[in-house]
Amino acid sequence: MASTPKVADIGTDYGQRYGFHDPEEYFMRTPKGLSHEVVEAISRLKKEPEWMREFRHKALDIFLAKPMPTWGDTQMLSEIDFDDITYYVRATEKQETSWEDVPENVKRTFDRLGIPEAERKFLAGVSAQYESEVVYHSVKEELTKQGVIFLDMDSGLREHEELVRKHFATVIPIADNKFAALNSAVWSGGSFIYVPKNTEVAIPLQAYFRINAERMGQFERTLIIADEGAKVHYIEGCTAPVYSTNSLHSAVVELIAMKGARIRYTTIQNWSNNIYNLVTKRAVAWEDAVVEWVDGNLGSKLTMKYPAVILKGERAHGEVLSIAFAGPGQHQDAGAKMTHLAPNTTSKITSKSISKGTGRATYRGLVKVRKGASGCKTSVQCDALLIGEAARTDTYPTMEIAEDQVRVEHEARVSKLGDEQLFYLRSRGLKDDQARLMIVNGFIEPFVKELPMEYAVELNRLIELEMEGSVG
Amino acid sequence: MSDSSQPVFSCKDVHVWIADKEVVKGVDLEISAGEIHAIMGPNGSGKSTLANALMGHPAYTLEGTVKLAGEDVTSLSPDEKARKGMFLAFQYPVAVPGVTVASFLRAAVSAVRGTETPVREFRKELLSRMEDLAMDPAFAGRYLNDGFSGGEKKRLEILQLLMLKPRFALLDETDSGLDIDALKVVAEGINAAASQDVGMVLVTHYQRLLNYVRPHVVHVFMDGRIVRTGGPELALELEERGYDWLEPAAAGGV
Ligand SMILES: Nc1ncnc2c1ncn2[C@@H]1O[C@H](COP(=O)(O)OP(=O)(O)O)[C@@H](O)[C@H]1O
Ligand SMILES: [Mg+2]
Repeated sequence: MASTPKVADIGTDYGQRYGFHDPEEYFMRTPKGLSHEVVEAISRLKKEPEWMREFRHKALDIFLAKPMPTWGDTQMLSEIDFDDITYYVRATEKQETSWEDVPENVKRTFDRLGIPEAERKFLAGVSAQYESEVVYHSVKEELTKQGVIFLDMDSGLREHEELVRKHFATVIPIADNKFAALNSAVWSGGSFIYVPKNTEVAIPLQAYFRINAERMGQFERTLIIADEGAKVHYIEGCTAPVYSTNSLHSAVVELIAMKGARIRYTTIQNWSNNIYNLVTKRAVAWEDAVVEWVDGNLGSKLTMKYPAVILKGERAHGEVLSIAFAGPGQHQDAGAKMTHLAPNTTSKITSKSISKGTGRATYRGLVKVRKGASGCKTSVQCDALLIGEAARTDTYPTMEIAEDQVRVEHEARVSKLGDEQLFYLRSRGLKDDQARLMIVNGFIEPFVKELPMEYAVELNRLIELEMEGSVG
Repeated sequence: MSDSSQPVFSCKDVHVWIADKEVVKGVDLEISAGEIHAIMGPNGSGKSTLANALMGHPAYTLEGTVKLAGEDVTSLSPDEKARKGMFLAFQYPVAVPGVTVASFLRAAVSAVRGTETPVREFRKELLSRMEDLAMDPAFAGRYLNDGFSGGEKKRLEILQLLMLKPRFALLDETDSGLDIDALKVVAEGINAAASQDVGMVLVTHYQRLLNYVRPHVVHVFMDGRIVRTGGPELALELEERGYDWLEPAAAGGV
């Protein structure tokens, strides 16, 4: 049962809690802008194998050749100045496994964000990325003994080159979209996870991504492989300082769930309002596998993100449960994609969005069923909540069904945070802001209850901050 | 408790407009602690408009004076009125999906009492009131009015009345859409509140409820006005003769 946050507690804001920044005293950074020289420098610095170096250069050519998307918020997209971004920034000399060894200013950042504390309390492993590199990484010993690999992506490539090479970019090829190509060219950091057959990682693994520098691009790359019958829950969190200039976050996340495996990927993204968040996330689910994306999008200037599951094996199940909160001036363009390639596969998309002030939320979804994939079931539900007269929401649900033996459910609902609901709650003594918060918290409850308790509390608190001063 | 010489609720010369349409056209009421008044009248005569406007619904424009235990509360917001001990049981209670009955009630009780009630104590009180109303304890975990039947909604309104313990309550057709068992439960709740000195106005257009709740005063309400005031026998007369013999035009002074 979610308790009602006290209105009296409202008062802190993003700026104080997450929006601070450290001085930019860095160990290494590439010059501004994007070129083959920059790509070469990154690859050399990382002492990568030749195939990865070539992969990066090829990706850059594809990025440069590909036009910007002609759909979505083309206005906001056109404002990205790719020459005014620094693509690689390394803050510390090396990665540490003890917080004591992490340089003081960086450690202080993560202390303020509560990461070491969360690690002590309820995580099996933590990876903390600061700018382009993972600065801290630690895994519980039991996991290592079980044969679980949890590394930052760069170490993963060094230590498990064959495994990485076999799977890297197989789910999201370079040319998938312009931003996947960009990530492929300049990627750095992210997580590499391999869970062996029939192994269950009972408590979550977490990665935390922090952008500190101004006009910075963060391009982490994550690959998670759950072998047959394995089970893992991975959580990512993200924040950045508040700057008047824009930064870019463009991740690529690939999940592979082998036969009977289960992967849950939870995101609580809480970017500051100057971040372009353009992320490609896709999973492949083999026979009887289950992949769940639990995706919470707060903050950012523009988010474009459509977690996908390709259901390749019979009876595989894919799920996306997402919420997006678009505050004034923000555009959350989020959704989901489900591709049913095998018979008797099932998928479920639940998308909830809240637009407040001049905030704008777009649901963009695609469900595809291939001819021959009989006995599939899919259900799509989109709920949008509007707060204020200027708030906006749009829904673009696309279905491409090439098979007759399919059950499709689709439901879309738009509601306004209504005067009647408010009057009802206020007639019970709740103040206006408390009543609004209660309605919004109720709206996102189906999402919140899927989160581990600590994250549910955190999310409720974030929503409380977003709702501050929302009257009208 | 309140000064017994003073009514717990009074309103004087209340007019209510919806947009530029005058729906309530001059209403006076005075209710003492523990007193029950019934307001009876045909559909569309403005009873709900009066009740909502008295509670401070922002969509309605109210003119006149509204007092709670002698204090002028005319221009207070609904939540301020609630915290001063006023309650409205809605004719059409509103659903708030995702918010459980228990968490909503705990927030409301804390707001109205001005202190946080400890969870255990609150739970005990809630379960005991729910038992009084023959409600399944599982009800506490359901989302507020979301998918509730008509009868469940009305019971929940009475549960709120008993938990919030106002000085004065307006009950808008809390009896409609109930089967006879539910009606008895609701009536018991109303009688229990009255025995704790809550002053009440029951808005209804059936005499049925009044078989179980004995009002002290009955008002007949037509076309935005109280056209007649009498004792419980007036309700029976209405049952027999309907409203036609009462001419709204002849209302004037009662
Ligand atoms: N929100 C509203 N907007 C416009 N007209 C309304 C509204 N609420 C009530 N009315 C009108 O006011 C009159 C009185 O309605 P109401 O107060 O609901 O009557 P009762 O409760 O006595 O049945 C009716 O003519 C009704 O159509
Ligand atoms: Mg009515």
